[in-house]
Amino acid sequence: MTDKKDKPLERIWNGIYVENPVFCLILGMCPTLATTTSATNAIGMGLSTTAILVASNLMISLLKGIIPNRMRIPSYIVIIASFVTIVEFLMEGFFPSVYAALGIYIPLIVVNCIIMGRAEAYAGKKGPVESIFDGLGMGLGFTLALLLIGSVREIVGAGTVFGIRITPAAYEPVNIFILAPGAFLVMAFFVAVMNKLKIGAARRTGWDPTENGCSDCSSCARHSVCGGKKAVSGEEAGMKEVQA
Amino acid sequence: MNIMLLALSAALINNVVLSQFLGICAFLGVSKKSRSAVGMGFAVTFVLTLASLVCGIIYHFLLVPFGLEYLKTIAFILIVAALVQFVEMFLKKFVKSLYDALGIYLPLITTNCAVLGVALLNVQKDYDILTGTVYGFFTAIGFLISIAILSYIREKMEFNNVPKAFQGFPIVMITAALMSIAFFGFSSF
Repeated sequence: MTDKKDKPLERIWNGIYVENPVFCLILGMCPTLATTTSATNAIGMGLSTTAILVASNLMISLLKGIIPNRMRIPSYIVIIASFVTIVEFLMEGFFPSVYAALGIYIPLIVVNCIIMGRAEAYAGKKGPVESIFDGLGMGLGFTLALLLIGSVREIVGAGTVFGIRITPAAYEPVNIFILAPGAFLVMAFFVAVMNKLKIGAARRTGWDPTENGCSDCSSCARHSVCGGKKAVSGEEAGMKEVQA
Repeated sequence: MNIMLLALSAALINNVVLSQFLGICAFLGVSKKSRSAVGMGFAVTFVLTLASLVCGIIYHFLLVPFGLEYLKTIAFILIVAALVQFVEMFLKKFVKSLYDALGIYLPLITTNCAVLGVALLNVQKDYDILTGTVYGFFTAIGFLISIAILSYIREKMEFNNVPKAFQGFPIVMITAALMSIAFFGFSSF
């Protein structure tokens, strides 16, 4: 029962462009902002998240008939946390420099909204093969986005990419771009460009570029908590209070 | 360790959101109205302080004696999730007024990486249980300060004419960038 939406290539394209977790869904902001100080760190973070995403998507998809519906969130958390621990060990053993640079952001992959979001929106409902490709697509989309942001920040902020100097010696690096404010600034401009590109598409699909993320609530990590009830998102609840 | 210095450093100099990027989701998601932003801030303060205390106790009295430090990620996330549930049930039953004020924000805190992040930082920095709890409390105060400031700015920004591509998320990020530059000032005196 695989329709066109579940074809492997379509899943990968979906993750990289159509529903890019960083630029379109605005998920996983903490690692996106924190680990893009250089292209190397960005790649390290992106690939470890991809590995965990593929593994947890596969595991959750295989176990979806066994896990009772009410227990699914705690089970997902334990599955994801186990894979994160494994990846943590592997990185510590084989890539100690990247491990040291990423620090606590490696164990924090557990609370990365993308992984929980995909488990909830996709892997918990579909077969294992589609779920692997969905994880792969989303992971690659995440990695590419991180690499893009990391490269821009490294070029502007330090004049290098992957540690290799590419700007002329006369260029004075704008140090603030590899510090905290630069992360917010670069991210803001990337999303603004994405919005500009999508404003035309918005008229056709009804996607509202002024909303935070896409219209599909089910791909949001909070969906597991709020269950689609809009009032729980806090914003609406706050608004109701003001109106009342 | 000087507690005052630790408090100042946790709340302002190494601000949890603006320089360590923890809890960004809540920071951006629940800052449209100042009322809900402050509610979220207090809910995070409550849970984060409690979570650093409980995680500290479990780590020092359960994981370390049995040599299970490598299980800390799994243990801490389960503690946080269970704690949020218990706090919600407890408040609902015994402190109804507080539940009405914080209730809707509590479930969202499980996925707030600031809580897990501080628990892990406490281990990484080798803080004892008391220092860790103080650090957790003042980190949460830093979160409260920054989410409150952002929400006040966003309420004012409603009346401004923002370019179409920058509406919504990008302009909030630029605001956060400027706030982050301002908070940078604390680290250089």
